[in-house]
Amino acid sequence: MVRDLSVELCGVVLDNPVIPASGTFGFGKEMSEIYDINILGSISFKGTTRDARFGNPTPRIAECPSGLINSVGLQNPGVDAVIANELPALRKIFRKPIVANISGFSIEEYVECCQKLDKEEQVAILEVNISCPNVHNGGMAFGTSPESAAAVTKAVKAVTTKPVFIKLSPNVTDIVAIAKACEEAGADGITLINTMLGMRIDIARRKPVIANKMGGFSGAAIFPIAVRMVYQVAHAVKIPVIGCGGVSSAEDVIEMMMAGATAVQVGAENLRNPYACKEIIEELPFVMERLGIEKLTDIIGVIE
Amino acid sequence: MQRVVLTVTKNEALTPLIYEMHLAGDVSGVTRAGQFVEIALDGLYLRRPISVCNYEEGELTLVYKVVGKGTDLMSQMAEGTQLDVLTGLGNGFNIDHECKKPLLVGGGVGVPPLYRLTRDLIARGKEVTVVLGFNTEAEIFYAEKFEELGANVIIATADGSVGVKGFVTNAIAESGVETDYFYSCGPLPMLKALCQNLEIDGEVSLEERMGCGFGICMGCSIQTTKGAKRVCKEGPVFKKEEVIW
Repeated sequence: MVRDLSVELCGVVLDNPVIPASGTFGFGKEMSEIYDINILGSISFKGTTRDARFGNPTPRIAECPSGLINSVGLQNPGVDAVIANELPALRKIFRKPIVANISGFSIEEYVECCQKLDKEEQVAILEVNISCPNVHNGGMAFGTSPESAAAVTKAVKAVTTKPVFIKLSPNVTDIVAIAKACEEAGADGITLINTMLGMRIDIARRKPVIANKMGGFSGAAIFPIAVRMVYQVAHAVKIPVIGCGGVSSAEDVIEMMMAGATAVQVGAENLRNPYACKEIIEELPFVMERLGIEKLTDIIGVIE
Repeated sequence: MQRVVLTVTKNEALTPLIYEMHLAGDVSGVTRAGQFVEIALDGLYLRRPISVCNYEEGELTLVYKVVGKGTDLMSQMAEGTQLDVLTGLGNGFNIDHECKKPLLVGGGVGVPPLYRLTRDLIARGKEVTVVLGFNTEAEIFYAEKFEELGANVIIATADGSVGVKGFVTNAIAESGVETDYFYSCGPLPMLKALCQNLEIDGEVSLEERMGCGFGICMGCSIQTTKGAKRVCKEGPVFKKEEVIW
């Protein structure tokens, strides 16, 4: 039997639900050198801001049990350079719709990025990151209150006709309230979760491992938290949810979808296994067969 | 980049903390001296980047220092252990740079990548001088191997137990060696001193804590005179004039 892996996000049909998460796949170039990335459902490209950013000082990476902390700090060439250089290059190696991940330090910046990326034909979805823990005075600050999350959502919705997904932070007391505020403000979907704020200390040197002291914790260790939050949010809103956080296998994709995700992003796993997304996509039909799943859409949110 | 399974064929201590590991398998992904590999290790989330000391058809030599959990695990590996390895990472040294008398300077665990480089430069008819810096006699490794390749080898030790007492820069000054280009790998203060003291052009191999090792996570980015660069992808080898100290 042919298994149906396709899913639909706000009218955007994906051949399968697997999307590399922003910041773990660049703009596709490095990965396209080792496999044909057209097998992916889509790509959420590297978080883009209005202005070019170098990001945080190094060390930016800390090893953790079943995960890592990163403090990259939204290093990117800026939205104009992304449109001028990265997207034309991506178009040559990836022919499917893409998810444009954008971030900002003010509502005006979010708006400007969305306005510019709205004109890009290959961009199917705008994924608005209001949850980066690695930048001060912005990023996550917008994602930690329902009011500011709604304000960003409303502002970007006014300047684009493309579906807007808001990427939420898990570092909040009530993720459901924030997701609902985004939905009410017009969001077309929710991506969750971004990284958990974490910290490691080098006990021999008595110094934080990360130069910026704290960073975003991701990897297999946060998967149960992500499943829980996807479950909570997906059952509280009517808009689609992209599940993200610690997904490392085809079984994890199924679990995330049963929790309520329509599509699934794979993040940290790409850093330790560059073939992670490819292997997950190839494994999915076998796991579906084993579990008696004909169509992936049949399992979305089956957990009551 | 290639992902391959390699088998440990030898894993021996050269000094109390420096080990030499030989790995057998398809290492065709390694194409230049100065590149590195990323090894997946049981129980650790991220792969560990290790510089390539030497490569032959079907064989890779890594010389590494035990500095943490990953390298400690490696040091305990028995012959026959199979490892999941990404090969051919990083740019490597520019072995075709026009020069006649290259000076290769290595400090401590920065010495290994200079081995294959020495071999390649000698094969290109260059007159190679290698300056190796260590803390003390007990930490010296590979000096005779460089001599076997035909290089002129100068040793510096911080405590003066062997060779010139002091740093590699002292040894270079004392030896009066003639050179028209340099290649270096070692601790940052050493690389900085070299770049500032040597008037000739050269290139240095830098180290930075990495996430992926193949250019997607931006974990190891540094600022250079030519903009932001990834140590794992555009590096680890940078031209002297690119590095901001």
